[in-house]
Amino acid sequence: MAEHQLTEEYVRRVAHLSRLALSDAEVAALRGEVSGVLGLFERLRGLDVSGVEGLPRDGVVDRSALADDVPGPVLGVDVLMRMAPDAQPPFIGVPKVLGDGGGA
Amino acid sequence: MKGAAEIASAVNGRTASAVEVTRAALERLRAAEGRAHAFLQVFESEAVAAAAAVDARIAAGERLPLAGVPVAVKDNICIGPELYGGRTTCASKFLEHYESPFTATAVQRLIDAGAVIVGKTNMDEFGMGSSTEHSTFGPTRNPWDETRVPGGSSGGSAACVGAGVVPIALGSDTGGSIRQPAAHCGVVGVKPTYGRVSRLGLVAFASSLDQIGPLAGSVADAAAALEVMCGHDAGDATSARRAPLRMLADLDTPVEGLVVGVMRGVKGSANHPAVDAAVQSAADGLRAQGATVVEVELGLLEEAIAAYYIIAPAEASSNLARFDGVRFGRRAELKAGEGLEAMYCRSRGEGFGPEVKRRIMLGTHVLSSGYYEAYYATALKVRLKVREGFEAVFRGEGARPGCHVILMPATPGPAFKIGEKTTDPMAMYLEDVYTVSVNLAGLPGVVVPGGFAGEGAGRLPVGVQLVGRAFEEGALLRVGRMVERGRG
Repeated sequence: MAEHQLTEEYVRRVAHLSRLALSDAEVAALRGEVSGVLGLFERLRGLDVSGVEGLPRDGVVDRSALADDVPGPVLGVDVLMRMAPDAQPPFIGVPKVLGDGGGA
Repeated sequence: MKGAAEIASAVNGRTASAVEVTRAALERLRAAEGRAHAFLQVFESEAVAAAAAVDARIAAGERLPLAGVPVAVKDNICIGPELYGGRTTCASKFLEHYESPFTATAVQRLIDAGAVIVGKTNMDEFGMGSSTEHSTFGPTRNPWDETRVPGGSSGGSAACVGAGVVPIALGSDTGGSIRQPAAHCGVVGVKPTYGRVSRLGLVAFASSLDQIGPLAGSVADAAAALEVMCGHDAGDATSARRAPLRMLADLDTPVEGLVVGVMRGVKGSANHPAVDAAVQSAADGLRAQGATVVEVELGLLEEAIAAYYIIAPAEASSNLARFDGVRFGRRAELKAGEGLEAMYCRSRGEGFGPEVKRRIMLGTHVLSSGYYEAYYATALKVRLKVREGFEAVFRGEGARPGCHVILMPATPGPAFKIGEKTTDPMAMYLEDVYTVSVNLAGLPGVVVPGGFAGEGAGRLPVGVQLVGRAFEEGALLRVGRMVERGRG
């Protein structure tokens, strides 16, 4: 499955899109592992799905589940604040975004 | 260990107290846990206090369907802080210290019905795995052979039921995570129809596939738990508005005119002989009880595996984006000058284990520009074709009558050795070949013990799987009961 062998550079790009900091060893391992799984996806190549119509939810989500789009109860701000790693009510602290701390 | 009905009857009739039953379960748990490592948290004092509250309700005149029944809960299902402390880790370093502010609907319904939660069980991190080896807190061991895995991802739940610690445990099933460990531990496992049990409070892995369901020592105990848990919940936007399941009353009544379709395996890949023998034995047992048994084929099982490993990681990469170190869970210690993006990347890089990273990477790749059509859009179409394949079997074609259920293997073989597949993700993924298609189609499936591989002390359990029509869990579990009865 040589055509599925991802480059190290591509693996690093996907890691960045995934917001995952990876060690060099992890990049090397994932390169082989993800490439191998892409070989599995080859089974879909050539499969005729041209006549298949419908939305992904069809046949899975029961139509009776569909409800009116109205606001429901939510957890209070104080409850949510208690879960945050750096709660500074009513804010949540994060590293500086502007100036030297940017890059997000 | 007594079954749920027997326990509830004794506690309701006040011939046993919920506190006594709970203390006995905790004692069994302590005796088994040294070898098994099935639990991530044990609720010693909390469970006894909850049991005392059940006894008080009984003394006040209530009768509860699960009075005093000890239940274990997979650690990706939230239990709020009121009774049991609230910790919900998903077996992940990222959520090691996370405390859920509320209780999952399914668990709340069990508690309301008199169940007592004795602990939270081990699992593959975020439900991603088939062996419970991908837990950041170490693997669970199979109760039949401690050198082997219990299956996964609900391995802790299957192992503690298999070891006789509790009659019922909750798991979640995204691609087989209830049914495959049930098969490996010799217990019953039910994946309900998508929408049957509320997912509110289940930490999302792949939202269009996930369902909560019971693992139990018998079909009757699984039915008792499912009956209590099911039903519409406004807190889950995919929760079906269906009449409540009432299965227990006629669980022992054979399905009249039952037609069973037998699907034996995937062409070109062999099962362990004990798996084929278990399917044959279950078919013979059903025929002996009056069922018509016909051979059926389900196309696309191998393609379903590919579609599953596109759709599930795609949904996971999206769902797990919420774990960014801002609102909850782990935040990495930052060095001077590191900004917001470094915080996201390092919190996630340090907090997630290798399998979770692998699936996030896969999901990001298949959803990325240039690959979306070839992978994700195609997989969604395969999903619809898989569903059509099941419907054709249920509908009947030509001379073949429509089937009420499909009998098929649960896994290609019995439990494998710890460490055997951890370095080979593909081998691990193929464990799910008989289970993922049921999730893709949104159908209910049950695994029932079907036989053994090997003999004597070294024998390992093998399960058989029954797949039913959507929302027909009642008929499905009645057939499950017939398989159970057929084995004697």
